[in-house]
Amino acid sequence: MPAVRGDGMRGLAVFISDIRNCKSKEAEIKRINKELANIRSKFKGDKTLDGYQKKKYVCKLLFIFLLGHDIDFGHMEAVNLLSSNKYSEKQIGYLFISVLVNTNSELIKLIIQSIKNDLGSRNPIHVNLALQCIANIGSREMAEAFGSEIPRLLVSGDTMDVVKQSAALCLLRLFRTSQDIIPGGEWTSRIIHLLNDQHMGVVTAATSLIDALVKKNPEEYKGCVSLAVSRLSRIVTASYTDLQDYTYYFVPAPWLSVKLLRLLQNYTPPAEDPGVRGRLNECLETILNKAQEPPKSKKVQHSNAKNAVLFEAISLIIHNDSEANLLVRACNQLGQFLSNRETNLRYLALESMCHLATSEFSHEAVKKHQEVVILSMKMEKDVSVRQQAVDLLYAMCDKSNAEEIVQEMLNYLETADYSIREEMVLKVAILAEKYATDYTWYVDVILNLIRIAGDYVSEEVWYRVIQIVINRDEVQGYAAKTVFEALQAPACHENMVKVGGYILGEFGNLIAGDQRSSPAVQFQLLHSKYHLCSPMTRALLLSTYIKFINLFPEIRTQVQEVFKQHSNLRSADAELQQRASEYLQLSIIASSDVLATVLEEMPAFPERESSILAVLKKKKPGRVPENEIKDSKSPTPLNNNHTNDVNNTSTNSADLLGLSTPPTSAPNSGNTGVLLDVLGDIYSGKSVNSSTSSNKNWFVDPKKFVCKNNGVLFENDLIQIGVKSEFRQNLGRLGLFYGNKTNAPLQNFFPTMQWSEENNAKLSIQIKPVEPILEAGAQIQQMINAECIDDYTDSPSISVSFVCNKVPHKINIKLPLTINKFFEPTEMNGESFFARWKNLGNTNQQRSQKIFKATAPMDLQAAKTKIIGFGMQLLEGIDPNPDNFVCAGIIHMRSQQVGCLLRLEPNRNAQMYRLTVRSSKESVSVELCDLLVDQF
Amino acid sequence: MMQFMLLFSRQGKLRLQKWYVAHPDKLKKKITRELITTILARKPKMCSFLEWRDLKIVYKRYASLYFCCAIEQCDNELLTLEIIHRYVELLDKYFGSVCELDIIFNFEKAYFILDELMLGGEVQETSKKNVLKAIAAQDLLQEDEAMEIALRDVGLL
Repeated sequence: MPAVRGDGMRGLAVFISDIRNCKSKEAEIKRINKELANIRSKFKGDKTLDGYQKKKYVCKLLFIFLLGHDIDFGHMEAVNLLSSNKYSEKQIGYLFISVLVNTNSELIKLIIQSIKNDLGSRNPIHVNLALQCIANIGSREMAEAFGSEIPRLLVSGDTMDVVKQSAALCLLRLFRTSQDIIPGGEWTSRIIHLLNDQHMGVVTAATSLIDALVKKNPEEYKGCVSLAVSRLSRIVTASYTDLQDYTYYFVPAPWLSVKLLRLLQNYTPPAEDPGVRGRLNECLETILNKAQEPPKSKKVQHSNAKNAVLFEAISLIIHNDSEANLLVRACNQLGQFLSNRETNLRYLALESMCHLATSEFSHEAVKKHQEVVILSMKMEKDVSVRQQAVDLLYAMCDKSNAEEIVQEMLNYLETADYSIREEMVLKVAILAEKYATDYTWYVDVILNLIRIAGDYVSEEVWYRVIQIVINRDEVQGYAAKTVFEALQAPACHENMVKVGGYILGEFGNLIAGDQRSSPAVQFQLLHSKYHLCSPMTRALLLSTYIKFINLFPEIRTQVQEVFKQHSNLRSADAELQQRASEYLQLSIIASSDVLATVLEEMPAFPERESSILAVLKKKKPGRVPENEIKDSKSPTPLNNNHTNDVNNTSTNSADLLGLSTPPTSAPNSGNTGVLLDVLGDIYSGKSVNSSTSSNKNWFVDPKKFVCKNNGVLFENDLIQIGVKSEFRQNLGRLGLFYGNKTNAPLQNFFPTMQWSEENNAKLSIQIKPVEPILEAGAQIQQMINAECIDDYTDSPSISVSFVCNKVPHKINIKLPLTINKFFEPTEMNGESFFARWKNLGNTNQQRSQKIFKATAPMDLQAAKTKIIGFGMQLLEGIDPNPDNFVCAGIIHMRSQQVGCLLRLEPNRNAQMYRLTVRSSKESVSVELCDLLVDQF
Repeated sequence: MMQFMLLFSRQGKLRLQKWYVAHPDKLKKKITRELITTILARKPKMCSFLEWRDLKIVYKRYASLYFCCAIEQCDNELLTLEIIHRYVELLDKYFGSVCELDIIFNFEKAYFILDELMLGGEVQETSKKNVLKAIAAQDLLQEDEAMEIALRDVGLL
């Protein structure tokens, strides 16, 4: 047993030894249970426990907790200790509370008074104990109780330095919980001036605080820039003896330097004050110069501390992005690190260079290191370093080096670690598309990707190559020829079959002239893969075959034979069976004219941002993948909240699929967004009839309007129907806008409500009539009033019938009148939320829960927007897990009001959500749950 | 800001945990398990940094103990290594060539020392002298109290 200082607790040491001597897990648990029973009886029975014993037992409980066991008693004893006037007892009381008590505990109320007393103590050791405890717990209650006391301690003239340090960081912690705690006005300048404090420890702590304050209010704290620069300048020019104990392994004040450099990254270079700017540049130059000096010590601590400052300086140089000279010097310095023997340095240098590559000043300088980076990608022993190299290659890629980099990445992909393959595939696909001058090269690259890493090629990638081939005439023949060749490989990946099937179905005719790829050969080649493929791919191939019938009438009988084979029970999959029999009928019944129309070549896809890029952005929420050279900065302060920006640009999950909204989508294709469904539905029996009259329907999913009130409800070639709606309490007003898109009037124009009497008693609807004629190019508005009387499910539809050019049309659309529209958001704090939550959860009748898979890769920003659109109050910061959403709201009905609580828990790893709704009415919980379930 | 610091042994036993953000106990255990497994699986020459969820993990091994910190994207990795080192130095100075046993038997001291070095996830005091001075002052208070009790027990006070 090692010797203990202060005042040792023998009983505790004996207990720890006992535990360590346990031979098995069981023995350990037995010993612990015995001890717990002992402590429990001591706490319960004997009221005469003295402070020392209490302390000892509380310590034992702490130890048991640290071993990983749950502790559910002893809190009151700890509270007692905390308010003891003996320091040794107080300290253990504080420790127990800090380690074991979570933010939302009732216990906090009990200790606030004791903490207040200690905060007012004349002994700085007591004051610091109190401050550390406040900072450790950092709850809103703490902020409320001490929000005025701590700023006072921080700037008061008679506070000791050690207390000031703790006060600064304690305040920072409380500021993070509740932003309104910081007093403004004259406090601002007093806080800023802490940067001038004599005591280095105080400045170090204060800089962290100021950094956080600046992020919230850059303008107000602008004064800190010149002070920070002066302080930094004094440190970097100091000799290592000047700062005494704040010099760390011959590096003067590395922690403070890094914090100051970070603080300065909240601002753009101070253009209006050339003096400050000049001094800052001198500092940065000095840091770069020092990097070239021989090390003052061989210890890794010296080089780490020195380089920590250097990397932070480089971050600032990159952030400022205005001094070409500094940027290039930074780049050269990082280049040297690329071949350093320390893995850590190589890792950081690659990472930092990624950012340099995006600056117009240093992009070229980064490119000089291309060879070394390629070597790193291939040779590094540690996969995380190889990953950094891949990121850097991606960032430094431009028109001039794209072919080489893409080729190197493709080569490496064959042996790359499984963990980084998928991301590499996305990166290669993006670079190939972005820098393709010759689209045959692009097609080659993507087909190579599929060949080398087929399992890692996601849908988005092969959708994209098809979009591009369809949109570019010049590459179609080449694509057909290349896929045909690729398909001849004995073991070719299923993704290759998909791409091959699709492209030959569209453009097989372009290579049919060559005997080696005659229609029959193409067909046999594809069909030889059929049996090896999944049902999805088989369905796609069937669609290719029907397209072949149109392209190559000469192989019609062969193809029909295959359809026949698969239209009966031999095809176990119902979808395939149906497809085969419908295609077969189509090929038999339809005349060649009809076939030619129905099976026409796909129209071009609308040009859009690559959907692959969105996928890549989502894969890396923490880090922004960049392959874009920024413009130089404008001289305004900015919040560097890059992550949010990125999330906002890629919120719409539908965009991911790229193909989910092609110009010819079918009314009942839902949101599957799969190529073969697009084909399949058009040619299935029912749609053939309706699509002759209006073959361009932009189908709008009614679920989309669960979380929004305005937008386009329906659109096709003839008509556009938009909606605007507003709700107050249990009343709602909808305006429907009908726009005639044709050159002819729409006659007998009658919108009628589809909502049963029975339903109308729950949600009463009044619709104002409109004129029976909608003139060419005109728009009319129709008002609908709704009143929620009782709870209901589903939502009313409206049926719009009209005659255009003597052809009658009828359109059915759901109105966005789901029950959640009558929500009134309700603000409440965490405590009352969870109290109600518990209350409502007592019986199963009042809650509803669904667990479901995310429909698209998870994007919490988008989910948040939807949740807010759903109408409830989003209660931020009350759930212990920051990813969870909790909301509260009241649904207003004429007869009653129903309070509802909601919790949505995303699980990123499993890509699943759990949605729980609790309300005072079961039917409401169930309906709300149903409405929201497919939204994410 | 540092989000948490974990100390664990080569056998994967957690020796100390300090959380600067509030998580439910279940989540803490899950995170701890996950990181211990990940880090123990890494080879000695590998990089000391890794990306994990949206955080950066910085770790270093000292004898039989691993020190592992989770920091945010904007934090400095190299300097976090040196926070770990400074903490080890402090423990070493306080216990006199520290070993794993010291931390097991005197876990409360390990916490008190860490609380002087870091507060709310930020570095508070980097001077070794100042931290040790603060700890010594705490010990002195305790010893005085212990002395007082002893004197009272024998009837001298």
